Amino acid sequence: MTDVIVEGGSSLWKDAWIKLSKNRLALFGLAVLILLIGISLLTPLIAPYGYEAQNLDMGATPPSLQHWLGTDIFGRDMLTRIMYGGRVSLMVGFIATAVALVIGILWGAIAGFFGGRLDAIMMRIVDVLYALPFMIFIILLMVVFGRNILLLFLAIGAVEWLTMARIVRSQVMSLRNQEFVEAANSLGLSQWTIIRRHIIPNTLGPVIVYTTLTIPSVMLLEAFLSFLGLGIQPPESSWGLLINYGVETMEEFPWLLIFPGIALSLTLFALNFLGDGLRDALDPRTSKD
Amino acid sequence: MAILEVTGLKVYFHTRNGVVKAVDDVSFSVDSGETLAIVGESGSGKSVTCYSLLDLLPKPPAKIEGGMALFDGKDLLTCTPEEMRQHRCNDIAVIFQDPMTSLNPFLTIGEQLIEPLIYHPDKEQVQTRVEAKKNAVALLDEVGIIDSHARFDCYPHEFSGGMRQRVMIAMALITEPKLLICDEPTTALDVTIQAQILKLIKKLQETRNVAVIFISHDLGVVAGIADKVLVMCDGTIRESGDTDNIFYKTQNDYTKKLLAAIPEGAKTQPNRTKSDETLIEVTHLKTYFKNQLNTNKNEENRFIKAVDDVSLKISRGEILGLVGESGSGKSTLGRSILQLAPTTAGSVKFEGEILTGLNAKKLVPWRRKMQMIFQDPYASLNPRMTVFQTLSEPLLYHGIANKKNIASQVRQLMDDVGLSQNQLRKYPHEFSGGQRQRIAIGRAIATKPEFIIADEPVSALDVTIQAQILDLILELVERHNLTMMFISHDLSVVRYISDRVVIMNRGVIIEQGDTEELWAAPKQDYTKELLAAIHMLIQSQNALE
Repeated sequence: MTDVIVEGGSSLWKDAWIKLSKNRLALFGLAVLILLIGISLLTPLIAPYGYEAQNLDMGATPPSLQHWLGTDIFGRDMLTRIMYGGRVSLMVGFIATAVALVIGILWGAIAGFFGGRLDAIMMRIVDVLYALPFMIFIILLMVVFGRNILLLFLAIGAVEWLTMARIVRSQVMSLRNQEFVEAANSLGLSQWTIIRRHIIPNTLGPVIVYTTLTIPSVMLLEAFLSFLGLGIQPPESSWGLLINYGVETMEEFPWLLIFPGIALSLTLFALNFLGDGLRDALDPRTSKD
Repeated sequence: MAILEVTGLKVYFHTRNGVVKAVDDVSFSVDSGETLAIVGESGSGKSVTCYSLLDLLPKPPAKIEGGMALFDGKDLLTCTPEEMRQHRCNDIAVIFQDPMTSLNPFLTIGEQLIEPLIYHPDKEQVQTRVEAKKNAVALLDEVGIIDSHARFDCYPHEFSGGMRQRVMIAMALITEPKLLICDEPTTALDVTIQAQILKLIKKLQETRNVAVIFISHDLGVVAGIADKVLVMCDGTIRESGDTDNIFYKTQNDYTKKLLAAIPEGAKTQPNRTKSDETLIEVTHLKTYFKNQLNTNKNEENRFIKAVDDVSLKISRGEILGLVGESGSGKSTLGRSILQLAPTTAGSVKFEGEILTGLNAKKLVPWRRKMQMIFQDPYASLNPRMTVFQTLSEPLLYHGIANKKNIASQVRQLMDDVGLSQNQLRKYPHEFSGGQRQRIAIGRAIATKPEFIIADEPVSALDVTIQAQILDLILELVERHNLTMMFISHDLSVVRYISDRVVIMNRGVIIEQGDTEELWAAPKQDYTKELLAAIHMLIQSQNALE
């Protein structure tokens, strides 16, 4: 970086972007994610077949020129199904995680920062939700609201933010007593400003790492919920569902497991590279070169 | 014959930004029963020199590039890991700087003391638990732990800082080493405790005839204890010789600079226009904390009385020094005055207005008028904000600057505290300790306050930097007509900077008065004790004049 004085100085995010753009692995991860998301968005236009188009004569054929990734036992094209599955999986993965992220960070930051009775009440609520058996919770939701894709986000969000809140809270509690927070206090900044400007940016490291772990686990959770009947139903597909069915026929038709597995792993790798890159980029203490 | 003879030691750090010559061609020797002091500022290579002898450096990045370190005729730098372990077990011991973190909080001190004896790698020297305990208790007695039998089974948190350092010394001596390396053993301690620990090290060295390498940044401490002194800077030896020669007859510019940096004597610019107007008035202020440890319902001990019925006045334009040892409640008093710690009773008046009891919103306009400078410039700056963001935050928040003129105002601040303007975009970790403290001072004066509390602002800094920061503070006080409360445990610093002094101990004010009057004729025993403690440390400096 040059020593030119820039009006307005620089901000954490601008510097983070400069650093991130020098990290090849993170950029690769970002590119893969953008590619995957782009394919998902364009799927209805570019998919070679319909996701429910069956060809029972072609039941479970290995990869061929006609069907690049083979077909499943109903003769549906796997490439198409993986592309359509990606739409659901990526959407669930990102949106549910984003919901969990926002609620978890705010909840944890507020509980940790103010402490005392408020903290006790907020964390007991978290404990109660933790203790609630997940299955019963899901069945309850289904009984009350019926089958609905929105419930999927609700159910996943309700579980995933709990851990996030815990992680953020413990971070905030150690930050709260740091002198720079006290300095902000003595400047008369409002509590909200302190949380937003001084506390949350300093919790980002562990939060980002946890987020990159959450997204794939949310994708698999979706498969489990779909299996229970909440979420999406065949003939629609998601990566989690495809993997579930693939496991059942793993011995006869391995490609039914391998290709959705590759799609999920690729996403996971990309997320981890990007996550590590972001964590380093957002920490000014890692060197600038 | 010298027990340790180091010749031409070179330790380089191979970092991404090139090679750092941490230690460059250093030679020295120590005899049995002799104390060698290695003096230098942080980054001078004094600790690296000693750690490289014991193979305690992280490798990489560190690499020993050359030299020899003959210990009893054997080279420490080329011995095998097994031989090094033998040396560490039997011959060489280290006392670290911070007694709070160098003991394991989950083990009793007794357990930690006998560890090297009962797990000795040399089978013949392994002692039984009973034997080891007998030796350890005797040693605890020797280092001055009272009731050593009962204290043997206590955990580290049950000891005070000074007592812990005594335990650390006992741990270092338990294997009866021939060489003892003390890395700033008294820096983290209070002055009165400091003097006791120094006496103890001196005494043990004489009775046991060990060689001591004493690492310190504080020439005052070194004067009373060392036989020989080695002055280091940037990895090289600037000067070495007898203590007397270094202190009284030095020709070296760097040593002279170090000696000059020790604050001494009276305030150089005595009272400025001192008004009689009272700016701050504290009456019967009490700040109690709930005692978490105390489980019984005994009324007397339910609270920790950090500040107990303190009354004082600070006039406009004056610098008030607040002195006390750690735990005396001086920091809590400062925070209570600024309404950063909840007060229990009493009142704080600022320009006649009562601040105690105001809620956070009503305090905001007052916050602008009173600011704080913190002790640790590494912790008091948000690591994820650039200097520009840190300095612009108070300006924008209090509406002193707007988006248009913020850049010029921040630059003005940078000028004020003596920082270069092209460093605006840097983050705190890219600055040295002294520069960081300048940033923190800049943040404190950004709102153009009338009153500043400085809580040990120089105690985490090197001596030469300390002097610069003190001068900066004095200059800013003058230029902006500030009133200041300067909290410190370091009496010479307080004497250098303040017009009036308040001595505090255990939450109450012991004595107060004009600085020089109090120095000349302390009335209370506690004050006399404090002054005596620093006297031992600066005795040789007086001879200098």
